[in-house]
Amino acid sequence: MNANFSAVSYLISSVCFILALQGLSSAKTSQRGLSFGIAGMTLAIGTTLASPIVISYGWILSGIIVGGTIGTLIAQKIQMTALPQLVAAFHSLVGLAAVCVAAAALLEPAAFNIGQVGSIAAGSLVEMGLGVAIGAITFTGSVVAFAKLQGLVSGNPLIFKGQHPLNAVLGIVLILMIALFAMNECHGLFWALTLVSLLLGFLLILPIGGADMPVVISMLNSYSGWAAAGIGFTLGNSLLIITGALVGASGAILSYIMCKGMNRSIVNIILGGFGVEVTAAVQGSKEQRAYKTGSAEDASFIMKNAKSVVIVPGYGMAVAQAQHALREMADILRGEDVQVRYAIHPVAGRMPGHMNVLLAEANVPYEDVLELEEINRDFGQTDVAFVIGANDVTNPAAKTDSTSPIFGMPVLDVEKAKTVLFVKRSMAPGYAGVDNELFYRDNTLMLFGDAKKMCEEIIKALQE
Amino acid sequence: MEVISPFILGFTVFVLAIFVGYYVVWKVTPALHSPLMSITNAISSVIIVGAVLAAGSAQDTLTQIFGFGAVVMASINIFGGFVVTRRMLEMFNKKK
Repeated sequence: MNANFSAVSYLISSVCFILALQGLSSAKTSQRGLSFGIAGMTLAIGTTLASPIVISYGWILSGIIVGGTIGTLIAQKIQMTALPQLVAAFHSLVGLAAVCVAAAALLEPAAFNIGQVGSIAAGSLVEMGLGVAIGAITFTGSVVAFAKLQGLVSGNPLIFKGQHPLNAVLGIVLILMIALFAMNECHGLFWALTLVSLLLGFLLILPIGGADMPVVISMLNSYSGWAAAGIGFTLGNSLLIITGALVGASGAILSYIMCKGMNRSIVNIILGGFGVEVTAAVQGSKEQRAYKTGSAEDASFIMKNAKSVVIVPGYGMAVAQAQHALREMADILRGEDVQVRYAIHPVAGRMPGHMNVLLAEANVPYEDVLELEEINRDFGQTDVAFVIGANDVTNPAAKTDSTSPIFGMPVLDVEKAKTVLFVKRSMAPGYAGVDNELFYRDNTLMLFGDAKKMCEEIIKALQE
Repeated sequence: MEVISPFILGFTVFVLAIFVGYYVVWKVTPALHSPLMSITNAISSVIIVGAVLAAGSAQDTLTQIFGFGAVVMASINIFGGFVVTRRMLEMFNKKK
């Protein structure tokens, strides 16, 4: 296929990818968007296969069949609660693929039309170095994120002394190595800089705690895009550059939205967990305060007699797989003429939009699920706020206590509801390590237990 | 006039694409942020284009192996990403 012709089909697939993202602006158009995405990808692969430079198809086709089968099987089997780790695993593969492509381009530049071994242009070498560095960081970073989300390693931030200076030194060394590599095209240097990047990716994600995962996943999403763009520059392929830029921008925006949802700066999150002094302060003021506990029967009585209930789900609901039981409970309440709606905080769950997917999986109607800004002013007219598996995102201290580590974080105003029901496993504080003032209010009832079991018990009580 | 270097042309495309991405992604409804993530994950595996070139046009076995590995990984992502996105979007579009 003629080079101009290929360039035009690559342009068409770039446009398809843009339309794919645009389709996600509403649920109605989203499936059409997905079709555009698939069409764009098919066209891109077809165009490359048809280019005269490709002479053998054995490796390619077997690779696509093997990878395609594995990918399809995993994606069909995966539970929606495990979505964050799946996405993290997928990101790691993009990173590793970028490293492989860069290595192949270094070993045999002629196969990509970018010169001969020993005489690759310095510009291409810089791009290759950057591409492999970002790819390698994405790879190990995503592996760590995956291990944390899957529970293979502790979700707690792992911080050791001298970590940040070490990362800074590694970062500087990396940049110097890329510059050197561009000057002399030394293969040893290429592998060394790959190793340094692998190490850096590992160290960068290690100190980040479990509840900051929405930011990490978005950030790695962004990195995988920049890695693709880096390879695009190396190969002089505009499709890769455009797609990489789209994905990079998308991940960056999601990271920004997540950071805003926690009122923390990206730097603060990358530097790791909430400050150590905070936990010390909490332990210092450890006096027993009185709180009220209730049973499933109490909860069922209160909600049955309410006019409106707002459900606030959090990560605890996902862990307990309580979404189906929760929806069933909501259906029964609706049968009793109670208005039931759901309030989603932007950082609820372990990845952006996680709660929405889980509720959609449990057949909760799209219109009943509201974002923070849409529902917040309604809490004043709400009879019952039913908080299930969420904590920090409801803490009024974020609005009132300027010394609190979560001060300034946007929160759901559940305290304005007439009654607040809290489904929680224990009185333990949330991720931020701060006590929630709400637990001790007169209109709050604590329902201790597993989120799913509690919903099932409430259903039973409602049916009696 | 001098010939513009391919890097500058690529960079032009890159910057413009970031702007397009910026405006398109802000329009995505927050409820669909998870599908957004899985679909961007699938399309960032367009890197398979480079992998195909390595696997299909290289002479050296090592390069071919790198190419093959990259094709496998990118394909897992492409198929996996699109399939899981479709599953999610079907949930959002279920008949009530």
